[in-house]
Amino acid sequence: MGITRKALASRPVAALASPRSVDDYLDLVHPMLTVHQVRARVVEVVRETDVATTVVLAPNGAWRGFRPGQHVEFGVEVEGRRRVRVFSVSSSAHGRRRGNGRFSVSVKAHPDGYVSQFLNQGLVPGTLVHLSQADGEFVLPDVVPDDLLLLSGGSGITPVMSMLRTLHESGHRGRVTFLHYARARSDELFSDELDELAGLDELADAGVRIVRVYTREPEPGAELTGRFDLDHLRRLGVDPNRTLTYVCGPAGLIASVRETYDALGAADRLRAEYFKVPAVDLDAADATGTLTFADSGTAADNTGATVLEQAEAAGLSPAYGCRMGVCNTCAVKKNHGAVRHVITGEISADTDETVKICVQVPVGDVDVAL
Amino acid sequence: MSHHHRRRTTVEAYDASDHNRAPLPLVGDAGQTATVGLDRMTAEQLDEFGRELDDVRQRVLDDLGQADADYIRRVIKVQRALDVVGRIAMFFPFVLPVFVAGIVLLGISKILENMEIGHNVMHGQYDWMNDPLVDGRRYEWDNVAPAEDWKHGHNYIHHTYTNIHGMDRDIGYNLFRVDAEQPWYPSHRFNLPLAFLLMLFFEWGVMYHGVELDEYLGGRMSKAEFTARKKRALQKVRRQMLKDYVLFPALALPLVPFTAWWVPLAVLGGNLVANVIRNIWTFLVIFCGHFPADVETFTEEEAQNESRGQWYFRQLLGSANITGRPLFHVMTGNLSYQIEHHLFPDIPARRYPEVAKDVHRLVEKYGLTYNTGRLSKQLGSVVHQLSVMGRKPDDPYLVGNSPESKALRRAKREAAKRAEEDRVTV
Repeated sequence: MGITRKALASRPVAALASPRSVDDYLDLVHPMLTVHQVRARVVEVVRETDVATTVVLAPNGAWRGFRPGQHVEFGVEVEGRRRVRVFSVSSSAHGRRRGNGRFSVSVKAHPDGYVSQFLNQGLVPGTLVHLSQADGEFVLPDVVPDDLLLLSGGSGITPVMSMLRTLHESGHRGRVTFLHYARARSDELFSDELDELAGLDELADAGVRIVRVYTREPEPGAELTGRFDLDHLRRLGVDPNRTLTYVCGPAGLIASVRETYDALGAADRLRAEYFKVPAVDLDAADATGTLTFADSGTAADNTGATVLEQAEAAGLSPAYGCRMGVCNTCAVKKNHGAVRHVITGEISADTDETVKICVQVPVGDVDVAL
Repeated sequence: MSHHHRRRTTVEAYDASDHNRAPLPLVGDAGQTATVGLDRMTAEQLDEFGRELDDVRQRVLDDLGQADADYIRRVIKVQRALDVVGRIAMFFPFVLPVFVAGIVLLGISKILENMEIGHNVMHGQYDWMNDPLVDGRRYEWDNVAPAEDWKHGHNYIHHTYTNIHGMDRDIGYNLFRVDAEQPWYPSHRFNLPLAFLLMLFFEWGVMYHGVELDEYLGGRMSKAEFTARKKRALQKVRRQMLKDYVLFPALALPLVPFTAWWVPLAVLGGNLVANVIRNIWTFLVIFCGHFPADVETFTEEEAQNESRGQWYFRQLLGSANITGRPLFHVMTGNLSYQIEHHLFPDIPARRYPEVAKDVHRLVEKYGLTYNTGRLSKQLGSVVHQLSVMGRKPDDPYLVGNSPESKALRRAKREAAKRAEEDRVTV
């Protein structure tokens, strides 16, 4: 942190700018000139597949960097509205490929994902984007163990790709198995780079194996076929009990990996990150009780949807960001009652706790401060 | 001090931070219908009037977009620039024109910040942008009144129960008698000089109003809530004072050896004057929007269980506009379109001029009055009203501390108590 930045972030300067922030004044000089708010300029938009894009970003000085596996909130303005979504960083933490301080996020267009669609079609180099600092616990440990499995499905490849690239560039020596499931090669991100890495003798010598499984259109002579199962790991010589495993992808993949590891008593070796909030399949008939919005004095019959969706259906407009339980923008006080996390299934029933309403469904009678 | 009606009516909880919902009407006994507007329109006409105004609102909301975002950001940029340039110019008190220009620019900057930016953003007019810069929930304005308490008293109480005696604490702010329905007390003899003082220190009045001492003393607010309000107000006052009257003057200290010993004092004085300029201007706009003679007030009884159309009717007849050129409207935060603002408090204020055309059309269609006029006309009316209402009325029932008035209040209290007991026994 430079001396100027330190001075600008100091308390006396904040008091002079009060009730505004220093950034509000620096903005007059240049939009990239900020002390606290992370902003970045889009440097390059790379088309990965028909529907997937990598966006290379040059962040400003407020960016504190990331650890491979972390994600970032990404905000673009479309027709006057800022749309915020969360994307994984896909580049190497060393940034050698992308140059000074730059990093990239890779995004697959979601059929009804407004922002991901926009990134694929509307984003041009030079655009200013609003970012959060990188966040998330799905990261490599400081000391990377000798045995590592990076397992991914679909667009869940991005955080583990960042890990793979980082390990490669840092010259990591140890057994790394990179196992990715995609529907078909045409559906896969980073195919050319993965081909290239798989063909490198230095990587093979170091113990890096890159295996891809195309579940719908298997390649002729493919080593593995079909969806994930324990047999795949056995054939790759991976012992779940000895291998630190990172898995990222859709809920179905994570569930089957988790079952496998649980059955082998290797649950503590597994780190998982979901890539898409699964639709809550609680039948409306199964949802019971009343969801009460205490502050606005309204109540509604619990429909089994997330608290956020039910609040919106009741005409409230609570603040939200990512809508996948990551950014914490929607966190509100739950006064009482039990809620179930749509991803982990975990139930929390403490009175007076703060919950992220975008990923919590009410179980029975629930009262939230909305 | 002014009167307090006992609150017999249920006030349904309303989330003042959720601006996109229409405020809830005053709820009374089931079966009872509000009489607001029935002397001038039929219930059917009022319903139709409500629907037509809802359509106007929805049309604007559907049309919000880049132009509105660009506009508010441009205003913010101009305001920041005026702020910076004004403050820098104030460090040159030995060049009088520069110094005076600095004070004026800072004053204008504070006006823009309080009116077109702060007031409107805190109404949630730009929440749809999802930009933290203009988020009604997070915004804090350049004023000694903390945003949180101001939003409760203004967005919720004043904008929902506009001009209902006993509900809207903004009818004379518990300080002035501005309406014939208010009981007269001897302190109202000082209506005009007090108003003049309030004009100079308006931000302090707004802060004091937001602490709601009267609600606490009247037993309608818990001690914990009152303490929290006091704490927030003190904290905000400290911050504002520190910036305007300590830190910026202190920045002038290094200039002293090269100029004169009084330069920091001049900066302090300049800040004070800029704050007073802002206070005078906001006072004028707000008084002219609410207290000209023809503005109507209402009773709790007539507003209970009112329809959407009646709510709109009350807002329309309870506010007054000021005519002027576009720049004048920007400087008032478009609160010169006070009527449109009261009809649609949550749509961006820059849309009020276009909305006013529709409001005019409906006013003509239903033969209603539309209170508008030049600043001088509205101000004259306010001064006249304050002075007339300050005189002791002949009717003893209108004199708050007269035996007749006291007896009347006692009788009302007892009747209400009996009614309550009847309800319990039944």
